[in-house]
Amino acid sequence: MSKENMKAYWKENLTYLAILLSIWFLVSYVFGIFLVDQLNTIKFAGFKLGFWFAQQGSMYVFVILIFVYVKLMNTLDKKYGVHE
Amino acid sequence: MGILAWTWILVGLSFALYIGIAIWARAGTSKEFYVAGGGVHPVLNGMATAADWMSAASFISLAGIVSFTGYDGSVYIMGWTGGYVLLALLLAPYLRKFGKFTVPDFIGDRYYSSTARVVAVICALIVSFTYVAGQMRGVGIVFSRYLEVDINTGVYIGMAIVFFYAVLGGMKGITYTQVAQYCVLIFAFMVPAIFISFQMTGNPIPQLGFGSAGEDGIYLLDKLDGLSTELGFHEYTSGSKSMIDVFAITFALMVGTAGLPHVIVRFFTVPKVKDARISAGWALLFISILYTTVPAVAVFARTKLIETVSNAKYEELPQWFGNWEKTGLLKFDDKNADGVVQYVADKAVNELTIDNDIMVLANPEIANLPNWVVALVGAGGLAAALSTAAGLLLVIASSISHDLIKKLINPEISEKGELLAARISAGVAVVIAGYFGIHPPGFVAAVVALAFGLAAASFFPAILLGIFDKRMNKEGAITGMIIGISLMLFYMLKFKFGIFDGGKVAVAGLKADWWFNFGNGGISPEGFGTIAMAVNFIFSVIVSRLTPAPPEHVQEIVEHIRIPKGVEAAQATH
Repeated sequence: MSKENMKAYWKENLTYLAILLSIWFLVSYVFGIFLVDQLNTIKFAGFKLGFWFAQQGSMYVFVILIFVYVKLMNTLDKKYGVHE
Repeated sequence: MGILAWTWILVGLSFALYIGIAIWARAGTSKEFYVAGGGVHPVLNGMATAADWMSAASFISLAGIVSFTGYDGSVYIMGWTGGYVLLALLLAPYLRKFGKFTVPDFIGDRYYSSTARVVAVICALIVSFTYVAGQMRGVGIVFSRYLEVDINTGVYIGMAIVFFYAVLGGMKGITYTQVAQYCVLIFAFMVPAIFISFQMTGNPIPQLGFGSAGEDGIYLLDKLDGLSTELGFHEYTSGSKSMIDVFAITFALMVGTAGLPHVIVRFFTVPKVKDARISAGWALLFISILYTTVPAVAVFARTKLIETVSNAKYEELPQWFGNWEKTGLLKFDDKNADGVVQYVADKAVNELTIDNDIMVLANPEIANLPNWVVALVGAGGLAAALSTAAGLLLVIASSISHDLIKKLINPEISEKGELLAARISAGVAVVIAGYFGIHPPGFVAAVVALAFGLAAASFFPAILLGIFDKRMNKEGAITGMIIGISLMLFYMLKFKFGIFDGGKVAVAGLKADWWFNFGNGGISPEGFGTIAMAVNFIFSVIVSRLTPAPPEHVQEIVEHIRIPKGVEAAQATH
């Protein structure tokens, strides 16, 4: 693999990480902690939204994030021919 | 059949299963002993990781903690799951590509230094030993509560079982036993939760049930908020901790999770880099089944408890109350001698003391579930405690036989000799852990929570920078690790143990002095790992830029681990 390709591969990887980790931060820290009081004024079923993110929603998103990451990286590995 | 008979049957069956697996999955080589030969299927590795991760504390104590703290308990719910995102995205695939057996292996090679390796071994041993002592104690407690044997006898039985499959099977034996243990513990946790959810809300899915309404048409959470404030507690769905502390604790737990050696090492057991990525996803999925149920169980149990005991006549309380009073987990002290239970927040008036653990242990009885369900919880608790203990013992054994003996003391040791050394270290570690289980040092409970802070402050930055910062050198990493862990130890000793201000008695009074107080409370020792980690990062980066770049071959290692291709080749060349 050439140096340029290697750099490009790594750059795309870092972009994915930045996007996915921003979502990770958003659902847990922003929705579940910083804005919890504001979101708690919104209710669905018996849940206050902020409380729901802190004790339910964040975890659902965490699981989805990992599977999305795997999908993205497997495609990226094939694109650059570095898959096993 | 009675609860005791059911418990013996279920525990006996599950133990027979674990032993059978251990005999079938014996380790023949040191690679099988350390990383199960690197051939574990990612889904199975996900299950094993989940069992490894979920300890007696997750299974027995967590729902109780959330139950009594409400929103504040979110720090554990998010903190002990969110770390897997960091593991999957930032660490696991690269460490798998690196292709070694232990975390100190990575630190030692990446930072081309025996000093770095020794610092890493010491950190790994401190973290793992404090953790494992708590697990052995947990085994003893579950035995004594469910099988009515002495706590010490319980620890001995637990030691014998773990000794058998950890020493014989190494990582290979442990992995397949953990898969079985995951199945036992998740079944044991979910069955009562589903029963109770259906009973209280008509919805069998607990995750949806606790957002539903009960028979009276009032949403369960609204009802619990009302009951809590009525009795003088804070509103269940709102917090009482300062926001900065909630943030700091959650972050320290997440980063600590990603830095714990017994979790990281599990990702060395799968065949390929892409297996390491997906296996973190499976692990988190399996963990989340329990962790998303915990908040629901917490709400059901608390509501049910308040409804049953609050202002009830002591004479008329159901049978389970008496049963659990005998164990000391429930205490009723009739202060105003009126024969009625006053359960309120005001300590001067409150007459009921409840142990956190009871929320899971007594829940099936409180909800009047069949005896076999009650017994199941005992088998599940044992599965959770044993699987975590075994995983930690393996880290201890490989730190000694691989990182110390093979890499530092006697590199000429033969394959057979190393395997024997690994077995002996595992055996010795079981005995030491058992000793701590029988004679628990008073600090164990406090330190287990802080182990995350220590892992966050030491390992996480060194590993992360080792992968993502090619310019990071040994000077930077070693300085960072030492400063990070020292700062964390200092804060812990000062505010958790009161060492500099007159000991344990001073701890409560020091709360006002917690650092980073912007008006409504500072950062607790549990959350301080976040700060210590940040300091580690800053020092690592500054020192590394002022000292020479790492040698050429190390920079090549970094380039090499960044691409998935060529896992096998990597093992051959190192």
